[in-house]
Amino acid sequence: MWAEGESEGLQTLGIVVVVCSSLKLLHYLGLIDLSDDKIEDELEMTMVCHRPEGLEQLEAQTNFTKRELQVLYRGFKNECPSGLVNEETFKQIYAQFFPHGDASMYAHYLFHAFDTTQTGSVKFEDFVTALSILLRGTVHEKLRWTFNLYDINKDGYINKEEMMDIVKAIYDMMGKYTYPVLKEDTPRQHVDIFFQKMDKNKDGIVTLDEFLESCQEDDNIMRSLQLFQNVM
Amino acid sequence: MAAGVAAWLPFARAAAIGWMPVANCPMPLAPADKNKRQDELIVLNVSGRRFQTWRTTLERYPDTLLGSTEKEFFFNEDTKEYFFDRDPEVFRCVLNFYRTGKLHYPRYECISAYDDELAFYGILPEIIGDCCYEEYKDRKRENAERLMDDNDSENNQESMPSLSFRQTMWRAFENPHTSTLALVFYYVTGFFIAVSVITNVVETVPCGTVPGSKELPCGERYSVAFFCLDTACVMIFTVEYLLRLFAAPSRYRFIRSVMSIIDVVAIMPYYIGLVMTNNEDVSGAFVTLRVFRVFRIFKFSRHSQGLRILGYTLKSCASELGFLLFSLTMAIIIFATVMFYAEKGSSASKFTSIPASFWYTIVTMTTLGYGDMVPKTIAGKIFGSICSLSGVLVIALPVPVIVSNFSRIYHQNQRADKRRAQKKARLARIRVAKTGSSNAYLHSKRNGLLNEALELMGTPEEEHMGKATSLIESQHHHLLHCLEKTTNHEFIDEQMFEQNCMESSMQNYPSTRSPSLSSHPGLTTTCCSRRSKKTTHLPNSNLPATRLRSMQELSTIHIQGSEQPSLTTSRSSLNLKADDGLRPNCKTSQITTAIISIPTPPALTPEGESRPAPASPGPNTNIPSIASNVVKVSAL
Repeated sequence: MWAEGESEGLQTLGIVVVVCSSLKLLHYLGLIDLSDDKIEDELEMTMVCHRPEGLEQLEAQTNFTKRELQVLYRGFKNECPSGLVNEETFKQIYAQFFPHGDASMYAHYLFHAFDTTQTGSVKFEDFVTALSILLRGTVHEKLRWTFNLYDINKDGYINKEEMMDIVKAIYDMMGKYTYPVLKEDTPRQHVDIFFQKMDKNKDGIVTLDEFLESCQEDDNIMRSLQLFQNVM
Repeated sequence: MAAGVAAWLPFARAAAIGWMPVANCPMPLAPADKNKRQDELIVLNVSGRRFQTWRTTLERYPDTLLGSTEKEFFFNEDTKEYFFDRDPEVFRCVLNFYRTGKLHYPRYECISAYDDELAFYGILPEIIGDCCYEEYKDRKRENAERLMDDNDSENNQESMPSLSFRQTMWRAFENPHTSTLALVFYYVTGFFIAVSVITNVVETVPCGTVPGSKELPCGERYSVAFFCLDTACVMIFTVEYLLRLFAAPSRYRFIRSVMSIIDVVAIMPYYIGLVMTNNEDVSGAFVTLRVFRVFRIFKFSRHSQGLRILGYTLKSCASELGFLLFSLTMAIIIFATVMFYAEKGSSASKFTSIPASFWYTIVTMTTLGYGDMVPKTIAGKIFGSICSLSGVLVIALPVPVIVSNFSRIYHQNQRADKRRAQKKARLARIRVAKTGSSNAYLHSKRNGLLNEALELMGTPEEEHMGKATSLIESQHHHLLHCLEKTTNHEFIDEQMFEQNCMESSMQNYPSTRSPSLSSHPGLTTTCCSRRSKKTTHLPNSNLPATRLRSMQELSTIHIQGSEQPSLTTSRSSLNLKADDGLRPNCKTSQITTAIISIPTPPALTPEGESRPAPASPGPNTNIPSIASNVVKVSAL
């Protein structure tokens, strides 16, 4: 049927067709991926939405009035429409207040102090409960909260390493351009002074009672705890 | 439940009366309607625009903000309405969703603004109605592409020191500009691809004659040389493929990708040829496999952005191309049949069969017109002219679609490149604005002190001369002030910092102070020793460095001229000429500094604590103190 010289060319044609169709078949079978999509069409919409409890309940649980709760919620919802703050967002929000330095470590410790149930996200109720303690609570409650903040591993004791981490995080927020210049051992000395004052029995760890006792002896601390009384 | 169905529920319940006579058992009790509220109109005030709707309308979707008790947080007692500080335009769409059950996406709205609003009201974008869903998804994909481009270029610019060897290799492969080695590799592979392609082409060129035989193509005359070249290229390609395979983060995905298939297809013929040389029968067929060597030219698409765009365009216009092909095929078959039967009668016509007429039809429809087959009968000529006219039309129709697709993708790429170029400038501007905010604090410190200085001087009308800061700003500054107190260090701006360090580096030298020199550029590590009780010299700069000392909030300022210092706790103030010393009033004191103006006579104050008497005129003392108040509870 075919002329003499046609056979080789037709063979070539046949092989090309076979190879291309097998590639296409493999593509359909999913073994190879001929499409070069960088964007997978699985735009995940993880809309984990959380609604807080009712206004009345929150008012009963905390020391805020309804108005104050409304104001707090509006600000909260503005930053986190989904109703949950995760650590990243928290760090970003906090970093805006301290443009000079790096607030991420302190924000990390703060976040874990806020997130009492260790779920990894802070709900509005957690947020408001902590604020209620910090702004409207008794001195005892405030000190307790602070102790909880310093106690990074939540074992009930503050040791020197935990205090070092906290103090270092605070110093990080200052940034580089300070007067006088921050030296390497400034945080360490700061921690040493702290322990001298707080650690009554000199055993290297500060318990809650030692902490409460030492803070209550110090007038400056007592006075400064009242500082943010009328933040709202 | 959809909006309409809920309204018909009372009807359905009433119609259930029809079952009662037929039922054998007694009916269950109806759910009691607790707190049966009269349906009331509620007012939703969105940034001043008032919307009104029934309460039950909103309660149709109880898992959204408006349908749940969450809206109580936005209830304004005074005006008895719900106030939302959001966009009223988008709210219109949101409210329509409650009313009609369908969420629409307005085209003029920005996709991320719309998403934010939906997130605020707790509505999933998935429920956008079919009429608007395509548009929404397209815009969202565009936006995501743009964000991904930005993120990609961001990631490329960050220096990630902790990359494993494998990851660095992969990065080098994907972005040849990351290191010189990658660039070298890139150019070498490009070169070899070109060599390979040119070899394939030159192989077939007739290359002079060996006496006694016919003209040979170069490939056969210098077969050894060409074989060596081919081997070398295939070696390079194989090594490259294996390296890429090793470095790929996801080997499975890499093997399945297009580029990897092209690589494999490009080198396969060589290996198959190696294997098959012994078997004579089959080798003839596999010689034709050599045609696949031309696939090597597609390897260039890694090197050329334009080629990738072209490929992407063709892929995205696949449906248009398919339509073109299909309609052409239909037209070819029709016209070939017609031409065949028209020319059947004429003698010695070339139109021997319908497939033979295909060639004529294609050549005519694409207006090529080779002229090797021409109709001779009148009917044939008539149909031939109709064929060529319709050919022009059929081809011209899908081409603009393909062109517009290509143009869109090309411009998108241009925009991506332009955005990347502008990004640096944008980031720099943002950084400047950020430092502006941190400078605001330093600025306000100075202004604050100025205010108090004026207050004490007893000029009431100038009390409010300072810049009025808003409440939020002053609270923020108070927060930063507390941080300063906690750490016993103070915020200063960059120039001051560098000046201080230069100055303190100078203090190590016995030579007299010369404030303007900078014989030791750069910062030294002996900057501003905190513990030292040496005297340090500060230049008479115009930049103030304030020192706040008091334990109470804005306390009185200690102003010194040439008179006796008062013994109250003080704050060194700026622009005053004399130096001042500060006496700590309480046990916990902080670092003090002061600006000294050098020409003035030393008007030092005798300090209670151990401060060394200054030796040279116009020094100031810098005595840090260690004890500090550590516990500062700061709310947020």
